[in-house]
Amino acid sequence: MWNNEIFINAVRFLVLVLVQVLLLDHINFLGHINPYLYLFFILLYPLTGNKGLLIFLSFLLGLTIDFFNDSGGIHAGASVFIAWVRPLLLKFSFGVSYEYNTVRVNSSSFSQQLVYILGMVLLHHLVLFSLEIFNVQQILLILKSTLFSGIFSTILIFCSLYIFSRMS
Amino acid sequence: MQQIIDFFIRNKNFVLFFVLFLTAIGLTINAHSYHKNRYVSSANFLSGTIYTFKSSITDYFDLKTQNEKLTNENKQLRERLQNIKLPLPPIDTAAMPSVKNYRVRNAKVINNSYGKTKNQLTINKGALDSIQIDMGVISTKGIVGIVSHVSNRFASVQSVLNTQSQIVAKFKKSNHFGTLVWDAKKPNRVQLKEIPRIAPIAVGDTIVTDGRSAIFPEGIPIGTVQDFVVEEVGDYYRINVNLFTDMTSVKYVYLVSRKDRAEIKELEKEATDVE
Repeated sequence: MWNNEIFINAVRFLVLVLVQVLLLDHINFLGHINPYLYLFFILLYPLTGNKGLLIFLSFLLGLTIDFFNDSGGIHAGASVFIAWVRPLLLKFSFGVSYEYNTVRVNSSSFSQQLVYILGMVLLHHLVLFSLEIFNVQQILLILKSTLFSGIFSTILIFCSLYIFSRMS
Repeated sequence: MQQIIDFFIRNKNFVLFFVLFLTAIGLTINAHSYHKNRYVSSANFLSGTIYTFKSSITDYFDLKTQNEKLTNENKQLRERLQNIKLPLPPIDTAAMPSVKNYRVRNAKVINNSYGKTKNQLTINKGALDSIQIDMGVISTKGIVGIVSHVSNRFASVQSVLNTQSQIVAKFKKSNHFGTLVWDAKKPNRVQLKEIPRIAPIAVGDTIVTDGRSAIFPEGIPIGTVQDFVVEEVGDYYRINVNLFTDMTSVKYVYLVSRKDRAEIKELEKEATDVE
């Protein structure tokens, strides 16, 4: 059972990286809006799993994306950040009970999912675009990109969540 | 001592997060500063191979338009060649561009971005094909960017659509020169600044590269003037330039390198050292 979980997460890691760099980074909807689906890995990482490992894997995931995008360390920074705040957001959206393995992201209520996913996505995008643009004067551009890309990513993550929860 | 160790063990996740986050910020700042010594780049074996694979598939989608572009360029070059064969007027050697100084290599773009604020392209030639940092990259229509990182088989190119790019450009008709920058708004429009107010400019004027940076040869087309305003401070124009190159569909590019560039750089370095 445990091995199965490692296998699923490893495959998820690789597939998400490839989908992100080969497909999603080239959408450029309305000129510059791209979804970031690779967060899916951090969102669905086992809720009771090792937190230190998640932080490290998120760094690796972000850095891989950065290598493909020539973007320094912006994805790595944003991913590590949300991997670290994940326990807080989990507690906020699912209550304290998530630690006792009774909660599953894909079987909880829609409003709980929405709070959790939207919170994670917006935080990630905010850090991501702040690091990318790296200029306080452009704060409006940062917020605009965060909002538009955030909506796009959230919709895509919800779609993937429903497709894959049907399959399993 | 025991307490310090306890503190770290209790907060090990935070310490791990903090260290990795600082690393990421360090890498970001490294990429924002001068491009020559960046660590993270798509010009590496793994991403290069994956992008080559991707481009071997996606190449088929726009084969027709790319062919059209190349035949159009061939047509123009042929036209020029035929016209050169006509009896030449006496050659004014001073006015001739020093053509022999430049070498041109070709390459294919295997990954392109234009939707971010700091866009980069990846090309399928690298150090083994004697590609070097700071070579100018041009397309069939005009400029594309400057080589910023090289591995053995691949290179990444800092696009003109990058808020860090600063390329010297001038007016074709009057030789007034300024700096070409990008405001990250539209992928077909860049800004030319520091053109003095005394310069006679009009909508539709052609902007070309200036030979003085030793990256691009003189006179490579860039774009045309879309509109212009006077900046609030200083007696300068800020000009919107429509690019000739369609950066969203650039595929085949040429790399130009100046043979005596090393010598020029050395001389400039000596000059600044003396100061």
